[in-house]
Amino acid sequence: MADIFDAYALADAWDEMFERPGEVRAAYEPVLAALQPMESAELRFKADQMARAFTDRGVTYAFAGEERPWPLDLVPRVLDALEWDLIQRGVAQRVRALEAYLADAYGPCRAFEDGVVPWRLLLNSGHFHRAAHGVEPPGGVRIHVAGIDLVRDEAGDFRVLEDNVRVPSGVSYVIENRRAMTRIFPSLFAEQQVCPVDGYGQRLYAALRAAAPDGVGDPRVVVLTPGPSNAAYFEHALLARLMGVQLVEGHDLVCRGNRVWMRTTRGEMPVHVVYRRLDDDFLDPLHFRPDSVIGCPGIMSAAQAGNVTLANAVGNGIADDKLLYTYVPDLIRYYLAEEPVIPNVESFRPEEPGQLEAVLDQLHQLVVKPVDGAGGQGIVIGPHADKATLDRVRKEVIADPRGWIAQRPVALSTSPTLAGERMAPRHIDLRPFAVNDGSDVWVLPGGLTRVALQEGNLIVNSSQGGGSKDTWVLAEGPAGGPLPEEPGAVPDVAPRQLGPDGERLVPQEGAQQQ
Amino acid sequence: MNDVILSRIAEALTWTGRYVERADATGRILDAYLHRLLEDPWRDEDVACRSLYAILGVDAGDTRVDMQQVLDQLAFDARSTCSIEGALGAARLNARSAREAVSSEMWECLNSTWHALADQRMAARRTGPYAYLELVRRRAALFFGLADSTMSRDDSWRFVVLGRSLERVDMTVRLLSVRVLDAPHAPDWPTLLSASGADEAYARVYGGFGDTARVAEFLIMDREFPRSVLHALTTAEECLAALGRPRQDPARRPIGRMRTRLEYQDSTALEDVLPSLLRELQTSCMASAEAVAEKFFPYQGPVEWAQEGA
Repeated sequence: MADIFDAYALADAWDEMFERPGEVRAAYEPVLAALQPMESAELRFKADQMARAFTDRGVTYAFAGEERPWPLDLVPRVLDALEWDLIQRGVAQRVRALEAYLADAYGPCRAFEDGVVPWRLLLNSGHFHRAAHGVEPPGGVRIHVAGIDLVRDEAGDFRVLEDNVRVPSGVSYVIENRRAMTRIFPSLFAEQQVCPVDGYGQRLYAALRAAAPDGVGDPRVVVLTPGPSNAAYFEHALLARLMGVQLVEGHDLVCRGNRVWMRTTRGEMPVHVVYRRLDDDFLDPLHFRPDSVIGCPGIMSAAQAGNVTLANAVGNGIADDKLLYTYVPDLIRYYLAEEPVIPNVESFRPEEPGQLEAVLDQLHQLVVKPVDGAGGQGIVIGPHADKATLDRVRKEVIADPRGWIAQRPVALSTSPTLAGERMAPRHIDLRPFAVNDGSDVWVLPGGLTRVALQEGNLIVNSSQGGGSKDTWVLAEGPAGGPLPEEPGAVPDVAPRQLGPDGERLVPQEGAQQQ
Repeated sequence: MNDVILSRIAEALTWTGRYVERADATGRILDAYLHRLLEDPWRDEDVACRSLYAILGVDAGDTRVDMQQVLDQLAFDARSTCSIEGALGAARLNARSAREAVSSEMWECLNSTWHALADQRMAARRTGPYAYLELVRRRAALFFGLADSTMSRDDSWRFVVLGRSLERVDMTVRLLSVRVLDAPHAPDWPTLLSASGADEAYARVYGGFGDTARVAEFLIMDREFPRSVLHALTTAEECLAALGRPRQDPARRPIGRMRTRLEYQDSTALEDVLPSLLRELQTSCMASAEAVAEKFFPYQGPVEWAQEGA
């Protein structure tokens, strides 16, 4: 009988599961042992069941105007304790450096004075908001939640692909993926020590409460969503539910006297921390886009007056600008006096004197990205692009060198993924999520692994037809499995009362003893 | 922390309760009528269908109507909230916009029902609508069962129950009104009882004998039967009492007045006052629903554009 891994041919990239053809990496042994004996029909059945469950539970996303179940591949992505330690340190380091940069850029501007970063980077950024200048956030935190995108290159080394410190999304799928996988493969989890991901809600809630304005005893936290028509609405609702806080839309809030209130059935109630899931531009029509109907007029003034904390802070966009990305290793050295734990992908800045020509010369060998693109939009992969596309990009880069960066193409690592009847290698990336409560940057063990479902495709975003994988971080510790539980006393439980079945009699009322 | 509830959420919860109850009641009514039509070949389909439209407050038009048209309009029309599918779709959207207030199980119940309806609708075209109508009844029962067993008895739950109770009074009154006010199109008593899900409960109290006085008394004034008008009014009043503080509650007053009136209504004289009583019940429910909206879901006043402080 053919086995689903029979036709698995390694691609020209680092493979997560196989070291060499037929030679599995240690962390993946139990996964392979569990999957290999399965027939494709059985896997297909499990996949269908899972899709059905996602649809029923509303875990869906919009693709080409259609509501589709969240695409979760059945093969998990496994990271061992050592790999995770590196990722966790690297992500936390990155977040600390970006926090320092934001505090600097909206404050003394030392890095610019010292020539680490050129002034024009700040002044040209479309995300630099004067409104954020001089606002000292509680605990000094501007990045409450970060999502740092990582890829693994041909040599198996992790590299940072981009930073997301505005409104990074996707953590709900980490939680949902795990929930689905534990239901579909319960025995696999019993055999291994996979770090749980369900602590996220509590961590986030603690961090948001810690971010409340000074002097608020029992802060009220809300999640601000653009509404049910937003693609990430599912996530907003899940986070609100996990934290047990209200999910508000702009018109549920009202600003008066530089304070924010929400309209409830018992009158207006004060709000202290707003975990907002809409972009700066839509947040406050008084300050930003006057045509925004999903924001809340006056919320920015309340934040400037220090009466409400917006998480993440307004103006963070200057820190995840893709041009700034190219300076982050220098910023880590400058602010933290440390070497970067995880390197960048080798990058070029067309806006820098001399580099434009170099980039244009080898355009067909580079990946070109708009600095403020999101969701994989606007990215041109030189080696895969046709001449017309390259010519168009060439013109656009010449017209606006500040708007683009170029990078060496990285053959992202591959992972076995169910494609039709068989396993096939597909490219993946990883977005770990970090929560900063002001004293500690905590990284959720796991993260969202996205997978490009088309053969050879390097763009993994779900908006471009990508899928996802459950990401397992294996706990350190003895390989022999969990320690046996201490034998405890047998609990003293009253015998169950039984109904009249002809033989036993129900105890009479009054005669019952506990 | 969650001692308060957003006005928008309260409104969505009330309408979720209302729409699920509406789908359930509409399903029961359709089922009872269809059954009756099949069992009694002498009945005139057009007349029976017109009576159905009259109950649900939908214009039947001038041309002859048949059962298929009734089903298309009152069961499968996703665009009208008077139909089952429209009501369930609206319930789902409302619950979706209140997703952190309803339990996940309640939301999943509505969402999976919505996804299951399409298949059942196709099956209904081949094998008749019974499985479809049964699905609707079961899911509505499941939904309210989940509300009862997974929601705290806080204001959120009260708004769901309030919506359900107001809709229940409305539907029962509609059923009775057609019988009382529009005799030529009237359903017979057994159909009416089974459309209210009350046939067995009634039989247990009165035996199998139906007459106008007894059936009306049961459906309006029975204290124990949960679909009776009195029972639903009492439940709605309890919810409002727990929700509101002012003594002169314009939402509670019309309901409370009707409830007291029913409590002291002489059942032997019920038949004579029935037409006026039913009309009053309908206006009271409407007045209460409007007052609830005004009090708890104040429509987002004009946005304040004045620049504050800065």
